[in-house]
Amino acid sequence: MNGWALRTEGLAKTFTLHLQGGARLPVLHGVDLSVAPGECVALAGPSGAGKSTLMRCLYGNYGAEGGRILLRHRGEAVDLTAADARLVREVRRETLGHVSQFLRVIPRVPSLDIVAEPLVARGMALDAARQKAKDLLSRLNMPPALHALPPATFSGGEQQRVNLARGFAPGYPVLLLDEPTASLDAANRDVAVALIREAKAAGAAVVGIFHDTDVRDRVADRLFTIEPRPEASRSAA
Amino acid sequence: MSDAPILEASGLDLRFGAVPALDGVALGVWPGEVVAILGESGSGKTSLLRVLSGALAADAGEVLYRNAAGALVPVHAAGEAALRRLARTEWGFVHQNPRDGLRLGVSAGGNVGERLMAVGARHYGGIRAAAAEWLRRVEIDPARMDDLPRDFSGGMQQRLQIARTLVTRPRLVFMDEPTGGLDVSVQARLLDLIRALVADLGLAVLLVTHDIAVARLLAHRLVVMRRGRVVEHGLTDRVLDDPQHEYTQLLVSSVLAA
Ligand SMILES: Nc1ncnc2c1ncn2[C@@H]1O[C@H](COP(=O)(O)OP(=O)(O)OP(=O)(O)O)[C@@H](O)[C@H]1O
Ligand SMILES: Nc1ncnc2c1ncn2[C@@H]1O[C@H](COP(=O)(O)OP(=O)(O)OP(=O)(O)O)[C@@H](O)[C@H]1O
Ligand SMILES: [Mg+2]
Ligand SMILES: [Mg+2]
Repeated sequence: MNGWALRTEGLAKTFTLHLQGGARLPVLHGVDLSVAPGECVALAGPSGAGKSTLMRCLYGNYGAEGGRILLRHRGEAVDLTAADARLVREVRRETLGHVSQFLRVIPRVPSLDIVAEPLVARGMALDAARQKAKDLLSRLNMPPALHALPPATFSGGEQQRVNLARGFAPGYPVLLLDEPTASLDAANRDVAVALIREAKAAGAAVVGIFHDTDVRDRVADRLFTIEPRPEASRSAA
Repeated sequence: MSDAPILEASGLDLRFGAVPALDGVALGVWPGEVVAILGESGSGKTSLLRVLSGALAADAGEVLYRNAAGALVPVHAAGEAALRRLARTEWGFVHQNPRDGLRLGVSAGGNVGERLMAVGARHYGGIRAAAAEWLRRVEIDPARMDDLPRDFSGGMQQRLQIARTLVTRPRLVFMDEPTGGLDVSVQARLLDLIRALVADLGLAVLLVTHDIAVARLLAHRLVVMRRGRVVEHGLTDRVLDDPQHEYTQLLVSSVLAA
């Protein structure tokens, strides 16, 4: 496959705050982004410009207001902005991975199963999925004793490593990374960088927000800068 | 992804005097999908669930159920006998009050076992073994099999109700505030149990709740109701993180403030 794995055309996003008298907060406008398989694009722009907003739109977590978000899914172009909830779930299961800045902890589920879950959802046998989860957690220097525990009581860095393992285990063709290394120490940051590079080498299209410029320089092929919209910066001030 | 909905409703209207309990509601549920109906008290959630399961007649509209054989059953025209058969075999119900779903004067094992007998199981040892297995799955010590559920805690009663409901492997389960009457700590355990069982068994679930945390944890998709109308619907995390409708924004923000 060549060309793009992910692209946006004229993507726009404005928040309408009904509880604040219907105030409108325009954030994204006319965003045209295209990411090729094997390429990593780092989102840049000042705080409040809309980097996380764009990322969330790309995952279908925020609804786009205008434009299209195209993904190569099952060999065809799917427009995420027009997809129903079931299709978005399918795209997330098979094509589109996301590592959030913080793990959303599910009560009582052991770390190992949190990592194995997306593999099982894609049809891998439970034993194989757990083995793969175990290998990845070990690679991220998670002591085996922690694998069986739910991450609720883990440190920020430990939770983030569970999150990374969960995001990288399936080998999604498109991967969204929101500050994936923010709470990691140097050794684990290196593992994260290696995982990103391996994903690229395997053909994944990666979009990331990396405040750590060292990490960014080691993984990103180019920057995509989001200019803050005047209205947005005024409201934020 | 299965392309035919297991349950599909359209144009549902229902009035109680001047109160519109349902106003033009349409809804589909697909196999393996957990759909939560969210909304404040009196918004019509229970009415909708009861109309969808045929327990209550609507003034207008249609509800179609696709049965295990693939045939479409018009729920409100199927007749009582057919509905009773569905409730025994392909459907399950989890009520907010376990008293509505359990027989408190029958042993815990009996509560689970009689559902199996109702679908034709006859071998006593097999039924008892299956009941013990289900008690274990819902984290009730099988040694308590012969105890009466009226002596159980609220959380245990609710777990027993879930075992009784799921033992026959229904295809579609209706749940109305399944964690409603319980302490927060007991709720968490029950929610986790429901989440795991629903995923394991690949059930389609219609879940009524006014608790956003419950909806976030269990549901793939949300339907937000207000005054009998669906004001917003979509993927759970999209609806909760980027609510579009004024009412949904209010609902989400009052939880953040709590
Ligand atoms: N769910 C939301 N509802 C309303 N406004 C939002 C929402 N999410 C983001 N915003 C607003 O959108 C604007 C862009 O925020 P965003 O988080 O995308 O910025 P960012 O570029 O990621 O900044 P940072 O570098 O500080 O993380 C901000 O003004 C923010 O308040
Ligand atoms: N049998 C009935 N007779 C008269 N009015 C009814 C009846 N059942 C429900 N209603 C009314 O219909 C509206 C919707 O009720 P419903 O029980 O569906 O709400 P709900 O969303 O389930 O609320 P809750 O969260 O409090 O359970 C309410 O105004 C209620 O008073
Ligand atoms: Mg951000
Ligand atoms: Mg109700």
